[in-house]
Amino acid sequence: MVKIIRVNMTDRTVRVEPVPEAWVGLGGRALTSAIVAAEVPPTCHPLGPSNKLVFAPGLLSGTAAANSGRCSAGAKSPLTGGIKESNAGGTAARQLASLGIHALIIEGKPNGEGWYRVRIDGNGGVVEEETETIGKGNFAVLEAANRRWGEEIGVITLGPPGEHMMAIANISTKDPDGKLRSFGRGGLGAVMGSKRVKFITLDDSEASNIPLVDRRAFLDASQRFAKTLVDHPVSGQGLPIYGTAVLVNILNEVGGLPTRNFTSGQYADHDKISGETMHDTIVARHGEPTHNCSLGCKIQCSQIYNDKDGKYLTSGFEYETIWALGADCCINNLDHIAEADAVMDDLGVDSIETSVMFGVAMEAGVLPFGDGEGVLRLLREEIGKATPLGRILGGGTAAVGRAYGVTRVPVVKGQAIPAYDPRAVKGIGVTYATTTMGADHTAGYAVATNVLNVGGKVDPLKNEGQVELSRNLQIATAAIDSTGLCLFIAFPALDIPDCLASVIDMINARYGIKLTGDDVVALGKKTLKIERAFNLAAGIGPEQDRLPEFFELEKIAPHDVKWDMPTEELQSFWKGFGD
Amino acid sequence: MLSEGTVTITVKLFASFRRGRFREASRDYFAGARIADVVADLRIDPKDIGMIFIDGKHADPDRTLRAGDALALFPLLGGG
Repeated sequence: MVKIIRVNMTDRTVRVEPVPEAWVGLGGRALTSAIVAAEVPPTCHPLGPSNKLVFAPGLLSGTAAANSGRCSAGAKSPLTGGIKESNAGGTAARQLASLGIHALIIEGKPNGEGWYRVRIDGNGGVVEEETETIGKGNFAVLEAANRRWGEEIGVITLGPPGEHMMAIANISTKDPDGKLRSFGRGGLGAVMGSKRVKFITLDDSEASNIPLVDRRAFLDASQRFAKTLVDHPVSGQGLPIYGTAVLVNILNEVGGLPTRNFTSGQYADHDKISGETMHDTIVARHGEPTHNCSLGCKIQCSQIYNDKDGKYLTSGFEYETIWALGADCCINNLDHIAEADAVMDDLGVDSIETSVMFGVAMEAGVLPFGDGEGVLRLLREEIGKATPLGRILGGGTAAVGRAYGVTRVPVVKGQAIPAYDPRAVKGIGVTYATTTMGADHTAGYAVATNVLNVGGKVDPLKNEGQVELSRNLQIATAAIDSTGLCLFIAFPALDIPDCLASVIDMINARYGIKLTGDDVVALGKKTLKIERAFNLAAGIGPEQDRLPEFFELEKIAPHDVKWDMPTEELQSFWKGFGD
Repeated sequence: MLSEGTVTITVKLFASFRRGRFREASRDYFAGARIADVVADLRIDPKDIGMIFIDGKHADPDRTLRAGDALALFPLLGGG
């Protein structure tokens, strides 16, 4: 029996409810955004009692579909002030789906100084006081949960910066190796901290298999789908071997690798932090270059990176983190970056927001560019301990820029810009400016078509065709984000027609419905319109759909380009939705 | 002069293209050589090519090389 679980932190009750008709056909991002838009007043304080934190598995989560392990988390973001969806791999999606939980809603806010844990199982859940793990990092929470409830227990956890409601705080979840994956962006950890929830456990030990209306059709479609993932060179070879860090050399080559706080498009030491170098280092130290973050993943873009003594240092070592600490902060040492990645996992902070923040902090003179030891110290001793400096840094990129009078602050709607300079990759600039999520590269990954020649070709240095490209990708992405499938299926989906066709067949076979490709597009569009309406009501108007001024004033090498898309062209993005 | 009949370029290879070949090398080609000729010379299967850049901008295989070009060849790759 599929249900909605509401955890009320004001009176510490847990209610199990049937799924309302309007939410039945929704999952993942479509569902979290629908719930947030329906139940959260857009003008509420994101850390107050009226905000809600919603977790939802995707439409295919919990099934045998390959790459169906993504879970969505949504709320009003303390970082952007608008609606936010963030998704993570790991074990949470499968466990929530197995428990028949369509959505888990955390609402209200407790009085007093106490902290709580929430324990969810097949019957519902309880809210209990928690003391042992308060003030401790995410790895200590996992260890405590394993000790108390066994190694199979699922965990969604908050680190100390989240307890202190810092806007860089993320929410993390256990992965199949007992390590961490994160709902990274938008400060959702601060929302969880405002409701004084340190962790949530998911006990699916008594759960039964997910029912499939047409089992045979599902298995057929599932095999076709898996084949497209293996057949496409990006998902079948490039990502498994090199991980996402393979992008370092690509972006450096096209002059779109933001370097030294977005003052150049190329980094002289790019070879020291490249995916090729990371691969060779991992192999030499007997790590794992090919590794998955959730069960059933065929793409396996993660890795296990060991230190020089062959001991585990970090996993899920992503292009974004390596770019931001490497090129943007000029730390030319993969081991320093890996150690910082591990610290950020344990603290539970967004590795994009935190690292781009450090780039602005370096420009402000808080520490020198290239100071890897300094970054580690600031993470552990200041952010980790919530000192006054730690709280300033923990406010994120825009907050640090404001505190130190820096004008070169790469954010949109308050969220840090990721690893692609919009002046040299104009399509991603449109996505950064227009997505409801704030500067977000995954929301409409125009890099694929601007640079990687996937899904066609649009010249990255020209404005032509970029708005339409970004719009189509944003719609498709909102739909994929609702299925529980990893966004990297988009690479085969853009080039192999049977990929999306088999996804639709799997959804239809699972639920006994008859969706078409048009229905899937409609779901993506509807989700974006709901999000847009929320943002407008929250006070984030069309004038916020723009990039920071410095991109228009400053050229970057090597192509000596500025951001010069006419405002009317950028504003036409949302007009294409029939605003 | 040697330069009359040849053009000297820099060739940069990435990811799996480096295997059994090199990372970066200076190479001479006959005047009028195209990118496709470099690909053939390196025994790279054209089907495996994802991206071709000359001086950081997209280039087509039938483009003629010019002295001083920096040619970068990538397999089909992606990420996020």
